[in-house]
Amino acid sequence: MSDVTETESLTAPIADIIDNPVSGIDQTAGNFSYKMDYEFDAGTGLSEKTVRYISTVKKEAPWILDFRLAALKQFYAKPMPTHWATKDLENINFDKIRYYLSSGQKPKRTWDEVPDDIKKTFERLGIPEHERKFLAGVEAQFDSEAAYSNIKDVVAKQGVIFVNSTEGLREHPEIFRKYFGKVIPTGDNKFSALNSAVFSGGSFIYVPKGVKVAMPLQAYFRINAENFGQFERTLIIADEGAEVVYMEGCTAPKFSTSTLHSAVVELVALKGAKIQYITVQNWANNVFNLVTKRGVAHEEAEIKWIDCNIGSRLTMKYPGVVLKGRKARGEVISIALANDGQHQDTGAKMIHAADETTSNIVAKSISVGQGRSTYRGVVHIPKHLKGCKNNTECDALLINPNSRTDTYPAITVRGDRNSVQHEASVSKVSEEQIFYMQQRGLTEGQAMSLSVNGFINDLARQFPMEYSVELKRLIDLEMEGSVG
Amino acid sequence: MSSSVTTTSSATGSFTPELFAAHLASVSHLPAWWLDRKREAWARFMALPLPKRTDESWRFATLTGLKLEGYALPPAVTVAELGHAPIGIAKAGKLVLANNRFVTQEAISAELVQRGVIFETLQNALLKHGDLVKSHLLAQPVKQGSEKFSALHTALLGDGAFVYLPKGVELAEPLAVFHYAAGAGAAIFPHTLIIAEQGAKATVVDFFRSADEGAHFACGRNDLYASHGAQLTYVAAQTWSRETLSFQSNATVARRDARVQSLNLHLGGRQSRHESHSQLQAPGAHSEMLALTVAHGSQEFDQRTLQIHQAPHTSSNLLYKNALLDSAKTIFSGLIVVDPDAQKTDAYQSNRNLMLSDDAEANSLPGLEIQANDVRCTHGATSSRIDAEQEFYLQARGVPKDDADELLTFGFFEEVLSKLDNAPLHDALVDLIKLKFKKPAGAS
Repeated sequence: MSDVTETESLTAPIADIIDNPVSGIDQTAGNFSYKMDYEFDAGTGLSEKTVRYISTVKKEAPWILDFRLAALKQFYAKPMPTHWATKDLENINFDKIRYYLSSGQKPKRTWDEVPDDIKKTFERLGIPEHERKFLAGVEAQFDSEAAYSNIKDVVAKQGVIFVNSTEGLREHPEIFRKYFGKVIPTGDNKFSALNSAVFSGGSFIYVPKGVKVAMPLQAYFRINAENFGQFERTLIIADEGAEVVYMEGCTAPKFSTSTLHSAVVELVALKGAKIQYITVQNWANNVFNLVTKRGVAHEEAEIKWIDCNIGSRLTMKYPGVVLKGRKARGEVISIALANDGQHQDTGAKMIHAADETTSNIVAKSISVGQGRSTYRGVVHIPKHLKGCKNNTECDALLINPNSRTDTYPAITVRGDRNSVQHEASVSKVSEEQIFYMQQRGLTEGQAMSLSVNGFINDLARQFPMEYSVELKRLIDLEMEGSVG
Repeated sequence: MSSSVTTTSSATGSFTPELFAAHLASVSHLPAWWLDRKREAWARFMALPLPKRTDESWRFATLTGLKLEGYALPPAVTVAELGHAPIGIAKAGKLVLANNRFVTQEAISAELVQRGVIFETLQNALLKHGDLVKSHLLAQPVKQGSEKFSALHTALLGDGAFVYLPKGVELAEPLAVFHYAAGAGAAIFPHTLIIAEQGAKATVVDFFRSADEGAHFACGRNDLYASHGAQLTYVAAQTWSRETLSFQSNATVARRDARVQSLNLHLGGRQSRHESHSQLQAPGAHSEMLALTVAHGSQEFDQRTLQIHQAPHTSSNLLYKNALLDSAKTIFSGLIVVDPDAQKTDAYQSNRNLMLSDDAEANSLPGLEIQANDVRCTHGATSSRIDAEQEFYLQARGVPKDDADELLTFGFFEEVLSKLDNAPLHDALVDLIKLKFKKPAGAS
């Protein structure tokens, strides 16, 4: 395969998807053999009928249907938050979106129809052959049954419950219902309300007291037709002293016919527990990715969000931790890369609600071409707390003259027994560094890649190795298009 | 007129059309273009609503405190009634205004007048130097949220100070202006306009004071224009009474190779809002924005700043320090904007909050909007109490805890105050701060 040329950028071949989200895709449903009592097709657009349909198809308990319907009302009532968020949100057409697709309805395309650049990216990133077809939308199902069933047995022996949202609420309500919708209330924002109405797929995980799950649990293990990440609902509960790492996403560009993804992730770390949640997001450039993520850390517990945002047209995501118990710890590590036509609007929220809690936010963003990256943060330390500390660092790297970055943190500190420190910097890649490397024989493109990788190196190392390797390769790809 | 039951405060309060008409009559001798502008501003004031909770530019501010009732345009007062005490620094000239009117002055030397320096009341300047004033007066936009109050200021502006420095003139001593509010419910609209031509150099100090402990309303504006190579230092020291509601807005325009330094000292008022806007318009321009706030009791100080870099090779440096005691509250919102063509910009912003009590609250919103890539921009915000080790060091050497804290707090202030080139002025400001610490802070 020939290398990607200097003038091609990762975003160019997706143009056909931007113009017509479903071009080149076989829309005929194929063999529709899903048995149902209801003969109503959810179709496009959102209404009470759609919500009832979803609930019926999943055979949900009445309380879940009530929950969904109440959320739908909240969704309608809330305005779009364009008084602070980008006006691009107004381009979301809620009526044209499909809110529920069962397995037979998922559109797919043939391998030949997959654009060349996507194929090249898979090649460059070293994606395994069988994964490529799934990621490119050629297959609706990722055949991970073999790998998955082994892992499932091992963790099941430890008492770990690892199911999807429907199964979780149906089979184990006594565990999950207690926290479901409590970390992120339905009315938190317009998009958490939307998710609460039409959620489907996602992982519900419970780790019993003292169990330390040895290997990271992956969203891949739970792939099924529903789990395209459109309106996923994830709830992870780590009981006292438990430890678990969860990973989702991948660096390779992910094909999606839906232009709106609105997931909700709730984490609960009980006393002394540790949860690490790793996300790598690289949705196609026509996707609005609006996610609400929050964790509650009880006494001496720790929640760490490791977030990497590379794709999508607009991502709005502010992982947060409510530090509810004494000595709880919250951390957000965030890398964002924004190229032409992209806006990564990410950040972190740390709400301190107990003494001696600490939080740390490190956010690094890279804006290439006309990309725009934004950091929004909230650090809140109410009064009568003592010994709380926060450290926030956000750095932005602007590669090209018309790249753009914004930073909007909001820090509230009460009382004289806490300390908060925030710093941010914006710069371009040092000319001296580039010159130094070019003098030693590297091309400008290679030098830029090295510099940019160096910029995020400290953070990239916190990702599991496979991700950080892919991340480096992806940055190389993005940088090739930017120089010259 | 007011109804018997009002659940929300009126958007115009005491500032009624009758009040405006009376004011307009009192300034009818001023140029027609100025009166027209006042009428337009009045219409805008009447039309604009008070800030709402969802206004981003008023985030964290206590909106219920923005009541416009209980104020009136006050009558004239004499120097004797003011109890004006000299500040004790050598100066090139002095202007004293009270209740929107001129009271007394110490004129600048004849030699300076001959060289073309103008240091006059705004009303005199409107009459004698109309064109010069017209092109600069209130010419800069208000973009940080106080549009309604800025309109009120333009409409009810009575008299103020006007400083004009012609090409190459350098003043060795500072010019001082005193703005007083006297009498219960007095509403004053202080204004200072400073224009420095090419290569001029001067220091101008504004003192904002309440003559008594009444609840006053102050809605002021100061605009600084520094031309090619000019060097301006502007100091504003505000010591309003504890019940005063204050709005102050500043616009600084720095042109080619100009250097402007402004220092704002905030000590008084029940609730005070200060907006400061620096425009770096041409290469080589530099703006240093400094502020020092000491918040007591239940005072609230809201400071919003904007550093806009519109040309390449410009720089700005902001240092805002707040010391919070009792249950005081401060808000700092600073935005650095770099336009796409403003390459090689250096812009820095730092907000430091010293928390001296368990009930104090500090809010920081440092912001950046960067559209040029060859720049160096940083901002930082910290909130913390007095360093325990430093405190212990002093105590171990026999200094009682309270004195140690005061020493360390003044050390905290010194970083800002020491940037002033003028030693007597520096000492005068330290004295004002010391006075505040001596006053009882409510229940203590």
